[in-house]
Amino acid sequence: MGRGAVAASSSLPGGLGLDNAAVKSAASSVPASGLTTVSVVNNLPIGISEKGGGVAVEMQNDLSTRSKSLKEKTTKAERRALQEAQRAAKAATKAEGGKTPAAASGAVASVNAKSGKSVKPPPSQKMDSATVAASEKKGGDRPPEKDRKKEVPQPRMQYDDKSRVEKAKRRAVVKQRDARNRVELFRHLPQYERGNQLSELESKFFELDPMHPAVYKVGLQYLSGDICGGNARCIAMLQAFQEAIKDYSTPPEKTLARDLTAKIGSYVSFLIECRPFQSAWGMQSDKVIVKHAVTKISDGDVLLTYGSSSAVEMVLLHAHELGKQFRVVVVDSRPKLEGQLLLRRLVGKGINCTYTHVNAISYIMHEVTRVFLGASSVLSNGTVYSRVGSACVAMVAHAFRVPVLVCCEAYKFHERVQLDSICSNELGDPEVISKVRGREDINFLDGSANSENLQLLNLIYDATPSDYVSMIITDYGMVPPTSVPVIVREYRREHLWI
Amino acid sequence: MADTVQNSNPENNNNNNNNISAYYQTRAAHHAVVTSDWLAQAQAAVGRDPDDSPETAVPTVAGKPFSVIDEFNSWRKQPDLAEAVAAIRALAAVIRNCQATTMMELEIELKKASDSLKSWDTTSISLTAGCDLFMRYVSRTSALEYEDFNSAKSRLIERAEKFGEISCKARRIIGMLSQDFIFDGCTILVHGFSRVVFEVLKTAAHSKKLFRVFCTEGRPDRTGLRLSHELAKLDVPVKLLIDSAVAYTMDEVDMVFVGADGVVESGGIINMMGTYQIALVAHSMNKPVYVAAESYKFARLYPLDQKDMGPALRPIDFGVPIPSKVEVETSAWDYTPPQYLTLLFTDLGVLTPSVVSDELIQLYL
Repeated sequence: MGRGAVAASSSLPGGLGLDNAAVKSAASSVPASGLTTVSVVNNLPIGISEKGGGVAVEMQNDLSTRSKSLKEKTTKAERRALQEAQRAAKAATKAEGGKTPAAASGAVASVNAKSGKSVKPPPSQKMDSATVAASEKKGGDRPPEKDRKKEVPQPRMQYDDKSRVEKAKRRAVVKQRDARNRVELFRHLPQYERGNQLSELESKFFELDPMHPAVYKVGLQYLSGDICGGNARCIAMLQAFQEAIKDYSTPPEKTLARDLTAKIGSYVSFLIECRPFQSAWGMQSDKVIVKHAVTKISDGDVLLTYGSSSAVEMVLLHAHELGKQFRVVVVDSRPKLEGQLLLRRLVGKGINCTYTHVNAISYIMHEVTRVFLGASSVLSNGTVYSRVGSACVAMVAHAFRVPVLVCCEAYKFHERVQLDSICSNELGDPEVISKVRGREDINFLDGSANSENLQLLNLIYDATPSDYVSMIITDYGMVPPTSVPVIVREYRREHLWI
Repeated sequence: MADTVQNSNPENNNNNNNNISAYYQTRAAHHAVVTSDWLAQAQAAVGRDPDDSPETAVPTVAGKPFSVIDEFNSWRKQPDLAEAVAAIRALAAVIRNCQATTMMELEIELKKASDSLKSWDTTSISLTAGCDLFMRYVSRTSALEYEDFNSAKSRLIERAEKFGEISCKARRIIGMLSQDFIFDGCTILVHGFSRVVFEVLKTAAHSKKLFRVFCTEGRPDRTGLRLSHELAKLDVPVKLLIDSAVAYTMDEVDMVFVGADGVVESGGIINMMGTYQIALVAHSMNKPVYVAAESYKFARLYPLDQKDMGPALRPIDFGVPIPSKVEVETSAWDYTPPQYLTLLFTDLGVLTPSVVSDELIQLYL
């Protein structure tokens, strides 16, 4: 363990300190205190040189060069350093086990204060602001920030805060463009853009850390919205990583565990830049969901689904394979019309379907017996964060006393709480709602597109309050929306470090 | 028989009788004030049941005379024993009788026995919950914790025996917990007969609380009549209502107390027919609805609406012949969704409905 932690240790004071704490607690499991930490700091370099001199020396070299580069404030080094710090923090928390993060950070502080010899005095303020900014950029929901987040929840990036936006822009790989005519209520969200930043990104291809082509491709696909749906994005990401790892060979002067994780870390941050609001990454668990969900479908049911959810599709197909007699109402909405693809597949399998747009929801609802919805994530107050329009469907179903079942893998459960869909959302291309796809000649808003008075709003997600959800079907079985925090609390820990 | 059974058309008649919920037969035998013809039917049904069950039961315990279902039936004849406890006792008998030599074999055999028990009476939620609970305990107990298989086995049997005591203790705990909610001068509406609710009222009466009780009649097996008899013995003022007088009297009522056949994952309850409408009336008049239920009644079920579970059928005596064209609703239970319940008194403490699912998640996952 000690060896592993050393290998993963970072060039930054914070990271190193955390590692010390980790090594120490792994060795003696005594709560960290200032006094013992001093002795650890003294002991540790000896320990390293005993174990593997080469690594230690190299680390020291790294340390000096990197801290120099840190001073110069090059964005690249900053990003890299940040990743390393995060990784180290992750390793530390892992070693900590159940111990409180407060103890760990206390130890860090004391180490920083007392180990002035090998490490420059910690530029703690700068370090802090960098982390904060970065985590804002990333949506602040990835494991590395976890220990920090427990103390104070990180605010999201507010895109109407000019100074912050400037800062984030300088750092970002994907250049964000200023959009015209923002909708007042949604100014704080990153505005939609597409097209010209693709070429810009392509031109940057060789400047970036050597990014694996597969990862790069997925990133571009995310950016252009070619891959649609949380599960599809997740699979694409995993496949890209698989390819990248296949092609990976350890550089001669580096260790595998360290270099590969750094690489993957940089890939992940690249992908997150391409697609900032993805709160769920994880593993597949649809089979269990399907198994549970089919028990809720009985003969003669009329099932309604909205948009196109891969989990719901599997449920419907499986129920059909079991020979259950039911009818499906596919409700769709502009501009994406994802339901058409689902409809095509369901009809292809011989399922009796009705297709309608969301405008007709109150008309069609009275004949429906169950509503199945997918979700992009489920928040810990039971709010279901899903394709825009789902909340409307759920509310109408509730008014008609039709049960609403949400099929959602447990990896999409999130400890965040959100009460509306305003404070965090994603904006889509505003152009598409004013145009008809495939009919460029039809554009009733043609003349007014540049008018100051016209603001187009194309939201991607909305939040369904838990009152309108009867049941959430996950890989842990069927749970009421009130039990989401229990699942998050009980099972997040074991999934986090896979 | 055909002249006394009023429900539905003759061709379904036979079928219906086979489907009569065994759970409600036991309930009827334990604490019902019933009309004579219903008793006769119930006995006829009970008499028929063992003929049906051996086919399903015997193969599970290959070639041996021991049958977990017979064992279960003998246990559940005891009036004070809850169904879940009877199931666990029966499973303990399986352990005692089994010749397995490894934990794995034992577990497989137990699984078979519990499956056959569950399928023998799918209408009893506490039977299913009891089986699940014990199986959960068995699979958590690995032989590794003990030096050898035999000590693990005896530990399991011991645990199963203890369960009966736990069940009685649970009722006492619930009785104690609920005392804070019963204040002097209050009026309590109860529905049907529940051993736990009776324990609650008995404890309150013994601690010299002044309260009065409205008992519903509890058609069709009139379990409310028995409760009013018992309460009268304790000198508690009782008023008997017909089931349809609930809304009429709700103004005077301060709280509603009901038992539960099963507590489901949503936090709702499955209970005797009529509970749902009482809860609805109470909810609309802002009266609290309290549920008293032992924690072994927590079941991993999640009904979405009333028709989401197979119905537990039972015959209904209307006193007059019903034309065969007239259909009769014979379901014995209904499902009360959690939003109409205020609190659940369980041996785990006083819970809000949403905590039930949390407890179940921690127990089974």
